[in-house]
Amino acid sequence: MMKNHVRKILALAFTTTFICLTLSGLSLAADTIKLGVAGPHSGDLASYGIPTIKAAELVVKEINAKGGVLGKPVELVVEDDVCKPEVATNTATKLVGESVNVVLGHICSGATKAALGIYKDSKIVVMSPSATNPGLTQSGDYPNFYRTIASDDAQAQLEVDFALNILKVKKIAVLHDKGDYGKGLAEFAKKFLEESEDAEVVLYEGVTPGAVSYAAVVQKIKRSGAEAVIFGGYHPEASKIVMEMRKKKMKTLFISDDGVKDDTFIKVAGVYAEGVYATGPKDVSQNEMTSIANDAHKAAYGEDPGAFFLNAYAASLALLNAIEKSGSTDYDAISMALKKEYVDTPLGSIRFDEKGDATGVGFSMYRVKNGAYYEVK
Amino acid sequence: MFRFSEIKKSFLVALWLMFLTFPIMVIRVNTIYKTIEWRWERMFMVGIGAFFLSFLWRYLHKKKEAGEKKAEEAGTLPLAQRLIKNRQFSIPAAIGLGIFIIAFPFIFSMYQTNIMTTALIYVVVGLGLNIVVGLAGLLDLGYVAFYAVGAYSYALLNHHFGLGFWAALPIGATFAFLFGVILGFPVLRLRGDYLAIVTLGFGEIIRLILENWNAFSFGPSGIANIPRPGFFGMDLSLSQSITYVYFLMIGMAIFTIFVVKRLQDSRLGRAWIALREDEVACQAMGIDKTRTKLSAFALGATWAGIGGVVFAAKTTFINPASFTIWESIIILCIVVLGGMGSVLGVIFGALVLILLPEYLRAFSEYRMLIFGATLVTMMVFRPGGIITDVRKTYKFKGLKDKQPTV
Amino acid sequence: MDYFIELFLGGLTRGSIYALIALGYTMVYGIIQLINFAHGEIYMLGAFTALIVAGILTMLGWNQVAILVIASIVAVVYSAAYGFTIEKIAYKPLRQAPRLSALISAIGMSMFLQYYVLLAQTSNFLPFPNLIPDFKFLEPIEHIVRSSEIVIYATTAIVMVLLTGLIKFTKIGKAMRATAQDRDMAMLVGVDVNKVISMTFIVGSATAALGGVLIASHTGQINYYIGFIAGIKAFVAAVLGGIGSMPGAVLGSLVLGMSESFFTGYISSDYEDVFAFLFLVFTLIFRPSGILGRTDTDKV
Repeated sequence: MMKNHVRKILALAFTTTFICLTLSGLSLAADTIKLGVAGPHSGDLASYGIPTIKAAELVVKEINAKGGVLGKPVELVVEDDVCKPEVATNTATKLVGESVNVVLGHICSGATKAALGIYKDSKIVVMSPSATNPGLTQSGDYPNFYRTIASDDAQAQLEVDFALNILKVKKIAVLHDKGDYGKGLAEFAKKFLEESEDAEVVLYEGVTPGAVSYAAVVQKIKRSGAEAVIFGGYHPEASKIVMEMRKKKMKTLFISDDGVKDDTFIKVAGVYAEGVYATGPKDVSQNEMTSIANDAHKAAYGEDPGAFFLNAYAASLALLNAIEKSGSTDYDAISMALKKEYVDTPLGSIRFDEKGDATGVGFSMYRVKNGAYYEVK
Repeated sequence: MFRFSEIKKSFLVALWLMFLTFPIMVIRVNTIYKTIEWRWERMFMVGIGAFFLSFLWRYLHKKKEAGEKKAEEAGTLPLAQRLIKNRQFSIPAAIGLGIFIIAFPFIFSMYQTNIMTTALIYVVVGLGLNIVVGLAGLLDLGYVAFYAVGAYSYALLNHHFGLGFWAALPIGATFAFLFGVILGFPVLRLRGDYLAIVTLGFGEIIRLILENWNAFSFGPSGIANIPRPGFFGMDLSLSQSITYVYFLMIGMAIFTIFVVKRLQDSRLGRAWIALREDEVACQAMGIDKTRTKLSAFALGATWAGIGGVVFAAKTTFINPASFTIWESIIILCIVVLGGMGSVLGVIFGALVLILLPEYLRAFSEYRMLIFGATLVTMMVFRPGGIITDVRKTYKFKGLKDKQPTV
Repeated sequence: MDYFIELFLGGLTRGSIYALIALGYTMVYGIIQLINFAHGEIYMLGAFTALIVAGILTMLGWNQVAILVIASIVAVVYSAAYGFTIEKIAYKPLRQAPRLSALISAIGMSMFLQYYVLLAQTSNFLPFPNLIPDFKFLEPIEHIVRSSEIVIYATTAIVMVLLTGLIKFTKIGKAMRATAQDRDMAMLVGVDVNKVISMTFIVGSATAALGGVLIASHTGQINYYIGFIAGIKAFVAAVLGGIGSMPGAVLGSLVLGMSESFFTGYISSDYEDVFAFLFLVFTLIFRPSGILGRTDTDKV
């Protein structure tokens, strides 16, 4: 008796689980254009990924209001990858499984690299607003990848040129945060500096992110006699290093990258941020579309847009525009349209080159003056 | 159940928690924009939630104590083991499970299969750690080092020598084995928590070396384009490849379960269990402590290495950020949560801990919060793990009244 | 020579920071043999609470020293409360359970607290105002050692003296030592073990919170994750010095801090953590119970 009972319950349990899982696996077939959005939406890097979602939402809202793409409404499929490569592959598989037509993402270079293979095999166009690793486009391994941000070697080149030609420093300490992005930039900077033979790299070190104190490294910088520091990494470490330097009364110039060209850096470093140089995407605040996009964000979400918002906005426009102009969601058609057609975005009128980089999207140098970043012409 | 004293207790708990979480929950100070936000409604949410939760908590505690007493008196095996012993149940269940496993990739989407494969990798790795922690009682907090060794072996061998998956698998496992021996030597003299911190240190050392020694490991940018396992040299599409890796892992898992079970019952396995229970007595019995400890480390490491190779093949891109302390912790949680020492428990633990966050994606932000809370709750109410390990008992058929347990 | 002194002082700062956290770790471990993974989060909670209080008081325009004192007190009180509550929920039920279960519970608690703060506040790094006023007499050597660092050294020294005094000369200290030595016997002679354990958590958490406030003032920014990293380092320091021994925790912390600082200064910052861990391994090989640890002889 008991055995029958147990059997029945188990059978019921199995069937129920089965049905539940199957249902969750099915995707609702709909006649829409699907734009996948992948990036870190939770965890400590969420502040880099969430603005991209908001950008996509705003663009899609506007386009759907005008009738959608190819007459169909655009649907967002948002998936989290917490910037981890192995999660990113899961995310990519999920998006592919849900039959997205194009993907906006990922945010972190490592995650993007991991996921691209999957998209490549499924012939899906991917455009990132923030993955700056040069190899992604330049290696040629990923013909389905595009981006609306310049790559790290361009940034490093700008930093080095600026340091040598404008600031005219001869001794430079190159630091990084041992991360993929920061170290990559630092390596390029070191390479360019060594090639130029105009300056000496007096120190090349990595700092441990999250360490309780950077005093030792800063002391090392002081001892090396460096006139300027080129730092590859993000604002938390940058602000700590700058603070430590200034508190030790060091006048060393500090040049960094777009991970530091962020208002949060100024707010966190406070008065010590004065005089810091950082590269960032070219100043487009004069561009009309930029102010429209920023205002739309403020109106919809009640706050200023975050990291990579404009890049993501441009990318969404570019992707959807390519589908519209090519007249289909076919991979080859979209690819051709991206390379051929210009699209108006908050970053300017752009299109993409053979390798997938956006033309007309470059970097400029900024400097902190009176608590805000100003472009250095 | 709703006596006044209980209500009063819960009320006080609610008040306490409201006080406790007041600053963090209610006041949000943003020193960047110099704003202060007061969110009073959260305080009440906490209060009400705490009030009801405390009832639940106390109820569960009472049940747990009652359950423990019952088990002690009756002397019966816990549910899972009883179910397995019951032939009437276990055979149809096994068949049903078998069919489900084989049909899985064809019923469910690529995404689900992918996740299940990840879970299976963790099953293999968890079983490996089970040898070290569950059987031999050596608390290893740096287990991820061996996982990394396996993954990087394949990636680097492939990069420099063009070795394929099948060739790299035994080599990666061997490297992990060697590392297990090398890392095992310094820790031989250490006890308990000292061992834990040293192994944690080793885990970090390996990761940091991978991160900084660019020339060797390509540093934080990692190694990309690692080929997936080949099927007799044929090129597979994405979905076929995923299905293939899935079945590969099923086979691997079954193989691992088989080997681990055999090891458990072998002389070596019993030496490990003796080591876990009482190191000094073990030595007094003539068991070579050094050899036993080293073998535990090395064999445990081997499975992690195998898992690592498959991980590299499956993700096609690895970098040191995948091999942090957190990974070691997750694998440890799998073993302890599932039930230290019990194979079934570890499998269960791996499935729960890996599948849960994926299926909790719906809750996105609260995912990790729920995860942490689940860990605490599980441990408080089932400290032995979901499926507690039961030591092998031997019954003498002749004596019906007495049941001497070994 | 200047360089050496600077590195020395830098190491002293680091060591003091680790010490304030390691003391709490070692106290809890000494009493219930638990590696309280959530301890780092208590430190983080202390810093956040102080930030919130300081934020409000700054907006109201209070005097700097008053803000420091009040923020510290509130942070300490709250962290002690958190420590007390965590013990009751996650550790007390597991006193008879296998040690690993308690460890996992601690890990779960650590995760929970991290994400609790992340969700309730923000994932961003928040600037922390420097609550420690600059001492005028330090101005000439400000580039070598700052007032916040002096305060940190002084606090660590005072805390260590106070705690040693607590353990050695007070009744509750005696009860703590008894419980640490043999819990069952302590219960038999009438020690309220629950109260003692709670007290231990409270004191340990208070120390960590104090550390949190000071370090946050010194580094100028906090975020939900700082607890985890600092916690691991402090734990290494505690083990290095001999876990369960309070002077050991401080010694281990100083040794760790100094060695990190000197290694970075003279060799390379890239491998500073590798060096720290290798240093630990070698120390433990030659002194398996840590520098000041007592090798407990097992009676068979």
